[in-house]
Amino acid sequence: MRFISEYRDPVLVKTLAERIRRATTRKWVLMEVCGGQTHTLMRYGLDELLPPQLELVHGPGCPVCVTPLETVDKAIRIASQPGVILVSYGDMLRVPGSNSDLFHVKAAGGDVRIAYSPMEAVKLARRHPDRQVVFFGIGFETTAPANAMAVWQARKEGLRNFSMLTSHVLVPPAMRAILGSPWNRVQGFIAPGHVITVMGYAAYEDLAREFHVPIVVGGFEPADLLAAILALVEQLEAGRAEVQNAYSRSVTREGNLAAKALIEEVFEVFDKKWRGIGLLPQSGWRLRPEFAAWDAERVFRLEESGAEEPAECIAALVLQGQRKPSDCTAFGVRCTPSSPLGAPMVSNEGACAAYYQYRRHV
Amino acid sequence: MLGHGSGGKLSAALMREVFLPAFGNPVLNLLNDQAVVERPPGRLAITTDSFVVKPLFFPGGDIGSLAIHGTVNDLAVGGARPLYISAAFILEEGFEIAALRRIADSMAAAARACGVLIVTGDTKVVDRGKGDGVFINTTGIGAAPEGLELSAGGARPGDKVVLSGYIGDHGIAILSSREGLEFESRVESDSAPLHTLVETMLAATGRIRVMRDPTRGGVSSALNEIAAQSQVGMEIEESAIPVRPAVRGACEMLGLDPLYVANEGKLIAIVAPEDAEKLVAAMRSHPLGQEARIIGTVTSAHPGMVVERTAYGTTRVVDMLAGDQLPRIC
Repeated sequence: MRFISEYRDPVLVKTLAERIRRATTRKWVLMEVCGGQTHTLMRYGLDELLPPQLELVHGPGCPVCVTPLETVDKAIRIASQPGVILVSYGDMLRVPGSNSDLFHVKAAGGDVRIAYSPMEAVKLARRHPDRQVVFFGIGFETTAPANAMAVWQARKEGLRNFSMLTSHVLVPPAMRAILGSPWNRVQGFIAPGHVITVMGYAAYEDLAREFHVPIVVGGFEPADLLAAILALVEQLEAGRAEVQNAYSRSVTREGNLAAKALIEEVFEVFDKKWRGIGLLPQSGWRLRPEFAAWDAERVFRLEESGAEEPAECIAALVLQGQRKPSDCTAFGVRCTPSSPLGAPMVSNEGACAAYYQYRRHV
Repeated sequence: MLGHGSGGKLSAALMREVFLPAFGNPVLNLLNDQAVVERPPGRLAITTDSFVVKPLFFPGGDIGSLAIHGTVNDLAVGGARPLYISAAFILEEGFEIAALRRIADSMAAAARACGVLIVTGDTKVVDRGKGDGVFINTTGIGAAPEGLELSAGGARPGDKVVLSGYIGDHGIAILSSREGLEFESRVESDSAPLHTLVETMLAATGRIRVMRDPTRGGVSSALNEIAAQSQVGMEIEESAIPVRPAVRGACEMLGLDPLYVANEGKLIAIVAPEDAEKLVAAMRSHPLGQEARIIGTVTSAHPGMVVERTAYGTTRVVDMLAGDQLPRIC
């Protein structure tokens, strides 16, 4: 398949791995920020190709994992109401709320549907004027343009039976929190290529300078990731700390200007709570007041539930790269994909699920 | 449109107007409460399955042909020659009679092509909203030769894993025609009866240990089941598994792994190593086995676990899924 198989080419991958082995002279701790990247590393066993001195820790970039428990509870409460169609991305359905998940709501008769695009939910709202259609719009900067477009379109059409429950988070504030932590071990970042395709990498230059940390924008195929790792090792070995683009077929410094303009029109930045991590300043987007009529939080007037995470779950530490999924006492025993304690065991992009699915034999 | 009726009148009308014209044969035509049939030589193989596919009509087939192929294949992978099928229909009030007729005709054509008789059946109508148009339950009866032992517990270390062709076609054909997932694809379901392929295989070697048709849950589930029941490990080669470019493309886009996507016209055979090449050659002589190949080996390492070797020489676990594959966010 063109544009994919080139980046999975075994000769290229093995050559890059060999160059990484030769470039590495000492221990380095690297973080891949995005869960999609974690997934690729585990899916292809790329960690087996790296020298033992390189440690990869997994970052917070799993949208489902960092969506607060209270927000999941709100989605569950909305979906349980008669006359509502709740539309969600697929992997949100199995994420445990405090007492239930969306699959159980569906089993109990709630109308919960999976879509690949929020525009599908807008279409549903047009087709069912007698129902309230709510899209559960979560994610990082990557999903923001499509979510913004759905709300923008609903307002343009005066579609009053459509609304969105949002939980939108931003990568740079999370990286700042990780770097600012007294327990931080991360010495270099593979930055998330799709987030930066939308936003550009100018914002990451401040982080690289301020914390003297190399940041390399990485893609999602095996060769993309190894190229990013090689660039990081070369910078670290040379004592450099720059932003470098190893995903240039998709990423520019400015990002997607049309998408950014749309996001700016629909969303505003606020201090956002992350599941497992807590409140981070200026770390999320919410709908602007002009779009209040399409904001499910306001339409359904839901109050906070003050839910708490299971005590044994170390998702918070896993998401910040301080612990590995296999360090958890519940991993694979009391916490599995069929009965997850925390969201990272559910999502395709969750580090715990990636370890469970691909690496149990190691 | 189908009205609601618990009484015999509706059932009789459906039988007369839809099912008999389609399925009619000397056994069914008697309209008795049971079918009395000739006993075949050998042992009896019995299987049952329920079909709840959505949409009912999809590229490459429909729920009717699928019900026949699915039942025939469950018999075939046990080495049995399919003979008789029962068909029970659970119909939703308001379902179009014309659509039911199309389904019955397609079922009849599939049964004729397989040489099986639909010998008995039933219909029930449920309230509107209590069904998805039509559900079909079947039972299949076949004749299994004496002395043939094909069982999921029969795989032994050293055996080879053989796959009959391209994987994932059925699942992707269904997904591409499902409401809400509008992507254009020319992938057709691989729905097909495998009993003649199995005959060819059994004629080629007496050393097939296990056969499975990797339907729901895909190749990964079938291999995991065999590994668990035989208490062996399996190692498959990523580069050996055939996936059509269109299926691979759809899987990339939707975030799915073809190893977990359903097939309705493929089989996996575990065979003694010395006969593996001979078996593959025989399969390739059959229209449904042209892409047959060895995809892996049974091992004594990691019993119960299936491991895939990637093109880079690294390995990953190929697990059973907790539920359906869920499309990821981005």
